[in-house]
Amino acid sequence: MPFIIETRQLHHLYSAGTPFEHSALNGVDFSAQTGEYLAIIGRTGSGKSTLIQHLNGLLKPTSGQVLFDGEDIWSSKERTRAVRFQVGLVFQYPEYQLFEETVYKDISFGPKNMGLDEGEVDRRVRQSARFVGLDEALLDKSPFDLSGGQKRRVAIAGVIAMEPRVLILDEPTAGLDPAGAAQILENIRTYHREKNATIILVSHSMEEVAREASRLVVIHQGSIPYSGVPADVFTHGRELEEMGLGVPAMTRVFARLRSMGADVPGGVYTIPQARDAILAALNRSKAPARGKELM
Amino acid sequence: MALKDITLGQFFPGSSPIHRLDPRAKLIALIVYIVALFLAVGWQTYLIAFLVLAAVVAVSTVKPRALLKGMKPVLFLLVFTAILNMFYTPGRELFHFWIFTMTYEGVARAFFMVIRILMLITATFLLTYTTSPLALTDGLEHLLSPLKKIRFPVHELAMIMSIALRFIPTLIEETDKIMSAQRARGADFDTGNLVQKAKALIPLLVPLFISAFRRADELATAMECRCYHGGEGRTRMKQLRYRPADALFILAALAVCVAVGVLAHFGW
Repeated sequence: MPFIIETRQLHHLYSAGTPFEHSALNGVDFSAQTGEYLAIIGRTGSGKSTLIQHLNGLLKPTSGQVLFDGEDIWSSKERTRAVRFQVGLVFQYPEYQLFEETVYKDISFGPKNMGLDEGEVDRRVRQSARFVGLDEALLDKSPFDLSGGQKRRVAIAGVIAMEPRVLILDEPTAGLDPAGAAQILENIRTYHREKNATIILVSHSMEEVAREASRLVVIHQGSIPYSGVPADVFTHGRELEEMGLGVPAMTRVFARLRSMGADVPGGVYTIPQARDAILAALNRSKAPARGKELM
Repeated sequence: MALKDITLGQFFPGSSPIHRLDPRAKLIALIVYIVALFLAVGWQTYLIAFLVLAAVVAVSTVKPRALLKGMKPVLFLLVFTAILNMFYTPGRELFHFWIFTMTYEGVARAFFMVIRILMLITATFLLTYTTSPLALTDGLEHLLSPLKKIRFPVHELAMIMSIALRFIPTLIEETDKIMSAQRARGADFDTGNLVQKAKALIPLLVPLFISAFRRADELATAMECRCYHGGEGRTRMKQLRYRPADALFILAALAVCVAVGVLAHFGW
């Protein structure tokens, strides 16, 4: 399957030529397929924010390429701008970008910039408001009168309204209560399912990414040491912890069990998986004993 | 150009002898040096001023490239000054074009004027590059403290300055972030005529103002929580103390100033 978005040997230097010069990305090869739900994890300063800002052309690579649909996004000015509508990026704490008088106007900012006609803009605003669970009655309110969670959903709707084929979200649940966080993740899943969109979730909550994404990409010091399905990535529990990334609680429990000599698999990260693994291990240890009884 | 690359008034941490000088000493020396620059007449005095500045730059370990980069915003001012001086100084005619007359004296004057402005800016940058903003306002507060006698709000002014300096990078970062976010939604800040460009700033300015007010509010609360009640009776963790090196630095600046003044006045 072809990649919808891909980076080749991406390098990025910040403040080049000053004493503050530092390299944020060192030859990153990253790729995502259509309809994939993947998560980028890495601690603060690992380069994950730099990487996602390259994916929709907000940052220009120092060297290397970013391809969208197999074509360089920097090939022309029009191309870069067009890609920004195809690759939606929701920044951290997006509620601080709201600026319009009404929620409706704010959500319509992106579609209007795309040059769509009024009817289409209206359809998109209402649809994206529904996607994030905003009541129609809220559309005429000022975004500054809403609660924190509602503001965040307005901001996400503002990006979804452009109907991007790739939706990138930088810590969309940061600072929300568990119910608010769960709802936002549910909204993202809905968008993923109904539009067959590629979702890239940036987070440092291992439990969250393990639950949501089908593939994890670990970023550390500007490169990607591990990438794969959660179970595979979490077999590197010790290395992940050395990078300052906490692994899910269950993974930690199973790593300890293994180091104590228990016959259990690595790469366990949810409670149901843990239950099955322990039951399987118990059956294995009982089986020979039962065999003896029979003899 | 990313907004982060603006170097104006930026501090480059370091441990050179210039970095370690007392901020008051640096401030006084800068003022004295600027006086010297304005006293200078003729190439010999400029040469002295230049050599002194070059020596301080060398000791400070600030890269000359960083200093040059800071000159960019004043380039227009320099060109403008130079042209004005070249054409509007009376004297022997160099060449004539329509209503403009370029004179020998004009060219010489323009040359020295540009050099003077360049050295003035370099010296000022050197101060901000080698002195942390906090140390700088501390120094200013000390130097201005005699004005307290005439009820001049020195402490308040210094506090306003240090808060402003503290928040410049934060606000620049915030601007950068909001700009990126709005660009991600297709905002275009670079093309269009003046009216379109001004309109394009609304999605940037509204969130920026809101966040600035929010920050100000939070900061005020945080300061009150720590019992801030103005400058009276406030002590400092880092006391400013003059050391021999500071006295030497000020004396050296004075010596340069006197030398330049005398030479300029009496000739060689």
